[in-house]
Amino acid sequence: MTLATVVAVAMFLGVIVYALLGGADFGSGFYDLTAGGGEGGARLRTLVDHSIGPVWEANHVWLIYILVIWWTGFPSAFAAATTTLFVPLMLALAGIVLRGASFAFRKYSATMAQARLFGAIFAGSSLITPFFLGTVAGAIASGRVPATGYGDRVDSWLNPTSVVGGLLAVVTCVFLAGAFLTADAARAGDTALAEKLRHRVLAVGIATGLIVFAGLYPITRDAPTLSHGLRGQASLLMVVAALAGTVAVALLYRRRYSAARFPAAVAVGAVITGWGVGQYPWLLVDEVTINDAAGADATLAGLLVVVGLAGVIVLPALGYLLWLTQTEEWTH
Amino acid sequence: MWLSEVAPVLASGDTPPGLLPAREQMAVSLGWHIVLACFGVAFPTMIYVVHRRGIVGDDPVALGLAKRWGKVSAVLFAIGAVSGTVLSFEMGLLWPGLMGRFGDVLGLPFAFEGLSFFVEAIFLGIYLYGWGRMPARRHLAMLIPMGVSGIVGTFCVVSVNAWMNNPAGFAIVDGRVTNINPWRAMFNGGVWLQFAHMWVGAFMVVGLVVSGVYAFGLLRGRVDGHHRLGFTVPFVFASVAAVAQPLIGHVLGMRIHDTQPAKLAAFELAETTEGPSPLRLGGLLIDDRVRWSLDIPRLGSIIARNSLDAPVPGLDTIPETDWPPVNITHLAFQSMVVIGTLLAGVAVLYWLLRWRGYDLLTNRWFLRFAVIAGPLAVLAVEFGWIATEVGRQPWTVWHVLRTVDAASMSTGIWWSYLGVLVIYLGMTVGAFVVLRSMARRWRAGEADLPSPYGPPRQEPVP
Repeated sequence: MTLATVVAVAMFLGVIVYALLGGADFGSGFYDLTAGGGEGGARLRTLVDHSIGPVWEANHVWLIYILVIWWTGFPSAFAAATTTLFVPLMLALAGIVLRGASFAFRKYSATMAQARLFGAIFAGSSLITPFFLGTVAGAIASGRVPATGYGDRVDSWLNPTSVVGGLLAVVTCVFLAGAFLTADAARAGDTALAEKLRHRVLAVGIATGLIVFAGLYPITRDAPTLSHGLRGQASLLMVVAALAGTVAVALLYRRRYSAARFPAAVAVGAVITGWGVGQYPWLLVDEVTINDAAGADATLAGLLVVVGLAGVIVLPALGYLLWLTQTEEWTH
Repeated sequence: MWLSEVAPVLASGDTPPGLLPAREQMAVSLGWHIVLACFGVAFPTMIYVVHRRGIVGDDPVALGLAKRWGKVSAVLFAIGAVSGTVLSFEMGLLWPGLMGRFGDVLGLPFAFEGLSFFVEAIFLGIYLYGWGRMPARRHLAMLIPMGVSGIVGTFCVVSVNAWMNNPAGFAIVDGRVTNINPWRAMFNGGVWLQFAHMWVGAFMVVGLVVSGVYAFGLLRGRVDGHHRLGFTVPFVFASVAAVAQPLIGHVLGMRIHDTQPAKLAAFELAETTEGPSPLRLGGLLIDDRVRWSLDIPRLGSIIARNSLDAPVPGLDTIPETDWPPVNITHLAFQSMVVIGTLLAGVAVLYWLLRWRGYDLLTNRWFLRFAVIAGPLAVLAVEFGWIATEVGRQPWTVWHVLRTVDAASMSTGIWWSYLGVLVIYLGMTVGAFVVLRSMARRWRAGEADLPSPYGPPRQEPVP
């Protein structure tokens, strides 16, 4: 394994963690948006505040982690992607800004009218962001980002694979968020809210499974290289995703909310990992491999120092934060 | 004169269409974020002081301040985090010519900055939600990693900018970037002074903005321990910073003579090389002649060269194609210096009088000045960034990469710039409305500020 591959794996680990942790934060927007008015909506929104409030900023940093490793480790491929995918990246960015700002504003709003406005922006932008990030993934995976950059500014991200990528990002976020929120509601003793969420998450879970596997059909024709990888080296991961997804839905059905979170995360993680393994060894599919895109060796080694420090400094701290949010004192 | 500086950029045919909007968008988003970044860097330390006083000295007034500042930081850090993300994206979206070619030279400090952003975000979450849920001392300790990561983060981000001014850690052979040593790029010759300048500047901004809020309350007749402490703690930080800042700036300026003479010439409005050089207050360069400036003999040499008669190299030693926009650079630089000197002077005056037994907090004119000192400090930071960034032009990486070669070739960046303007205006209004409503509810006697939806809460959830 080359130095470049190790750095690419470290970067892709960031993608997986961001999809799981950041994804669950984004997905909460769906339940917030569909919470309805009145008492029931208020309780769900308070749960969303409480569940993602302490963690969303930390989870968001994984995106920064991915970006800095990408442009430092693989600079020309990064410039190729940003010049080609200017529009979806800019739109995802707008969603990120609006989501974070309006989430903080809503919590400290003085009136219900303000809270409604900020809440609608928060929830809406929570769904826009993963969609556009998903189209970016689809563009890269279907070979639409030329190595020299400045590819087609519309077709690169408005195509079957990108649309599948965008929808898939949205539904997996919503599914994960649902699994986490239901468990949080049950842990806080709010059985009625957990029950209300359970129905929705079951529906979302089934829809997610359908989109993931139905999406394979357009990808077969639109992104042959990725499709080949998904059927070959990544096929085991597809099986894992299907099994774990089924287990998660079954556990939710049987009201084993706490346990259901783990197979839900495994299922989504397997889908994301499947994409990465499926397009290996390409960084930009059909255009540049990981090794060809790599920057200077000294810099790659420096990045591994950063990754190592992240393992020593960030992971224990993050674990402490996530552990705290699950303790009895932090549940209420 | 503005037109004469902007027009060549617009008129020349071979510049990328994205150049001007990319510059404007970067300036707006950086100029907006830098204010929030100052809070991320300096505010945790100030909260630590009042919070510690609250629990160690059993001081309910100090503890109350810590709780409120914690809630304010929840809002400010959220918009700071997202506006910082904008800059990460923009590095690639607007400046692909820089990132594609030099990403592996300049990227490492950004990666370290990512680490410190992680630490800050994690401990912010713990601190904000830890009120009443953790042992008091441990809860207080959560601010320490936030303060440390503010220092590290400032160093890393400024390191990249310092590298653009003092490129190091690579060689260019036949147009290709080789021999890359990212550590040398990170610890380039300019980094320590530039870091100190920005880090101290952050404490000036936050100290003066926060103390100005309490000065406003004192001016309105709310004279109590809460307002006095709320003024004094940040003002102590700001005073130390304001006195240190001119010294740091002076040393940094002397370095520019050796590293970026064109920038120094623009700072000083030195059209021709003169020794001893006067200090030119104000003034404009029109048709290659300096007009309307107030010249103070020898002071230019003293300030820029630390000497009574050493010459300040003029623009005549530099090919005109390599001149920065001189007037913008000069006026921004001098505005920064004037404001900084004023703030340092007022800080010294306050403590001198206090030492002599006179408390300026009872003086309405001082309080009025203290209210505008915060915005003035923000202006000084903005002017400083304008001076150093515009003064580096036409280079993105000094004498290595021209800005025309760094900018995106894409059309349509005006649209994204428009979007940035609209969203940032909305965020500014939103933050203003929310923070003002928080202050009003606190004045009305509320403490916990529960959200308007959801059940009323008793426990102190920030």
